[in-house]
Amino acid sequence: MSAQPYGLIATFKTAPALYHAAEAVRDAGYRHWDCITPFPVHGLDKAMGLRRSIVPRISLVGGITGFCTGMSLIWWTGAVDYKLIVGGKPLFSPMFAFPVSYELTILFTAFATIIGMFVLNGLPMHYHPVLKYDQIRRGMDDTFFIVIEARDPRFNAANTRALLAQAGGEAITELEP
Amino acid sequence: MAHADPKAAAHPLLQEVKPAVLPRAVLVENDRSFSWITEKICGIIEGKTPTWWWVCFILACFVASFTVAGITYLVATGVGVWGHANPVNWAWDIVNFVFWIGIGHAGTLISAILCLLRQKWRTSINRAAEAMTIFAVVCAAIFPVFHVGRVWFAWYLFPIPNSNAIWQNFRSPLEWDVFAVSTYGTVSVLFWYVGLIPDLAVLRDRFFAAGNKVRATLYGLFAMGWRGSNRHWSNYEMAYLILAGISTPLVLSVHTIVSFDFAVSLLPGWHTTIFPPYFVAGAIFSGFGMVLTLMLPLRAVYGLQDLITQYHIDCMCKITLATGTIVGYAYGMEFFIAWYGANPYEGFAFVNRAFGHYAWAYWIMISCNVITPQFFWFKAVRENTALVWILSIFVNVGMWFERFVIIVTSLARDFLPSSWGYYSPSIVEIFTFFGTFGVFSVLFLLFIRFLPVMPMAELKAVTPQADVHGGHDKH
Repeated sequence: MSAQPYGLIATFKTAPALYHAAEAVRDAGYRHWDCITPFPVHGLDKAMGLRRSIVPRISLVGGITGFCTGMSLIWWTGAVDYKLIVGGKPLFSPMFAFPVSYELTILFTAFATIIGMFVLNGLPMHYHPVLKYDQIRRGMDDTFFIVIEARDPRFNAANTRALLAQAGGEAITELEP
Repeated sequence: MAHADPKAAAHPLLQEVKPAVLPRAVLVENDRSFSWITEKICGIIEGKTPTWWWVCFILACFVASFTVAGITYLVATGVGVWGHANPVNWAWDIVNFVFWIGIGHAGTLISAILCLLRQKWRTSINRAAEAMTIFAVVCAAIFPVFHVGRVWFAWYLFPIPNSNAIWQNFRSPLEWDVFAVSTYGTVSVLFWYVGLIPDLAVLRDRFFAAGNKVRATLYGLFAMGWRGSNRHWSNYEMAYLILAGISTPLVLSVHTIVSFDFAVSLLPGWHTTIFPPYFVAGAIFSGFGMVLTLMLPLRAVYGLQDLITQYHIDCMCKITLATGTIVGYAYGMEFFIAWYGANPYEGFAFVNRAFGHYAWAYWIMISCNVITPQFFWFKAVRENTALVWILSIFVNVGMWFERFVIIVTSLARDFLPSSWGYYSPSIVEIFTFFGTFGVFSVLFLLFIRFLPVMPMAELKAVTPQADVHGGHDKH
């Protein structure tokens, strides 16, 4: 339809070069942009101005759910649904219910964390304009990229290209949508 | 700037003495580049299958067939084909279960506890160690599942509504164990998989570029469309940290609950409060023994000396030494408490362990677990890879005997002398246990053939060129 590209991608050879370029893009006020790195670069979140991930909140909800599931399962099965005295022990006690509830806390936290991470990241997404870039394979290996999306209100093909070039970006290319 | 050393400001003396800057151990030797790491690790998968791999794989399949044969015979006949009889109703099956589950613990220790402690040397060994955990849990699970007798009712272990309308007995530590081990297995797989995602994306792109669409699709499917976005890394790193955080109490709780299987009973020799820490230390000890047993040949075969350095081997040997010494202390303390507690049954159980019918097993255990690790005090020993490997085998043997001593000696001499017995395994048990080494090896060989044996992204992150401040922490 329109010739509007997805955005601009610029290549950086080293981690420090990417880091300083990210600071420049952040300070220029862009919001819809991203860095592509082969490994988590220490401190890049701050350089990009990202807020702390909210994954821990999802994990906490998972953990609480798991603990309550364990306790209520053991209480309901042992003290409500089918009362059976075994070894003269009480029908329910938080003491003997604790190990299982503890394990379920961990199990549910793990699932909440992973599912939360995938949902927040919008994965799985097997198609993405960035993945169509012919050099993107290097981004999984040893090269770093910055992508600025065209939907960003500050995006302007000429100015954005100039900003990336000034920040040290090489091989600045338009990405197809 | 903002991170000026608070000590220096507080203490003028420190500014004068200028403490020497000790160089940190290098984690990736010979100043390797990012793409060298990618080529090295991916090269293992992309290269032609080596002949030794096929030899080992066929041999491992042959060994694994013993487990298949043992289990098939057991299922077709009944659990009586094992050597259990009153009073020894738990024997090799539970010994093997605890042995394998303990081996798994080093993997979680490396991937979770060392991650929280920011021990960066863990990066090169954590992937293989986690794989070891998962495969060890698979081998461990075989034993209790088939010990239930009618294995097609094994689902009764889980709280699933059944036609008898009866529920599990949650007062029993055996039921706690069901939850502990199944949670452990599940979380270990999830943790391992999350760690694999970025590396699967690397393989996807490499196979795509090489024109191998089938493998690119398969790796791509599991890579979930990972594209190295830093917005993703941010959530990913947090999720990984939380998984490490919850795996730490998990790994400690699993062997604690395994030890409850014994400690919550009233049997002399089992009914002791030292069991949880003692079992956890033993599990880590045996697990590191197994990590060394696996990693040293892997390092030699694939030429990974720049990634698994002498420093890594030193660290692993030292942890083996520390945990082995804790285990030795626990052996001594059990005897002390048996004497100090002045309970004649308890006292008898321990004297019987060391000097009774199973004294041979007890002294194998002591020699392997208490004496073997002490060699790791010496640098010359830690630098002799072949010797370290041989010592690691002794650790594995010793820890199997530890479980045998604990389980069988206590049961063979119970409260009633008229029911005392002597347990020997049947050929079916021997087959089943022997075969689990094959099952483990088959899985491990498949892992090193098809998945990256080291976490490439994490390795790159610990190289000097990954530091955005050029190595000087002036930020």
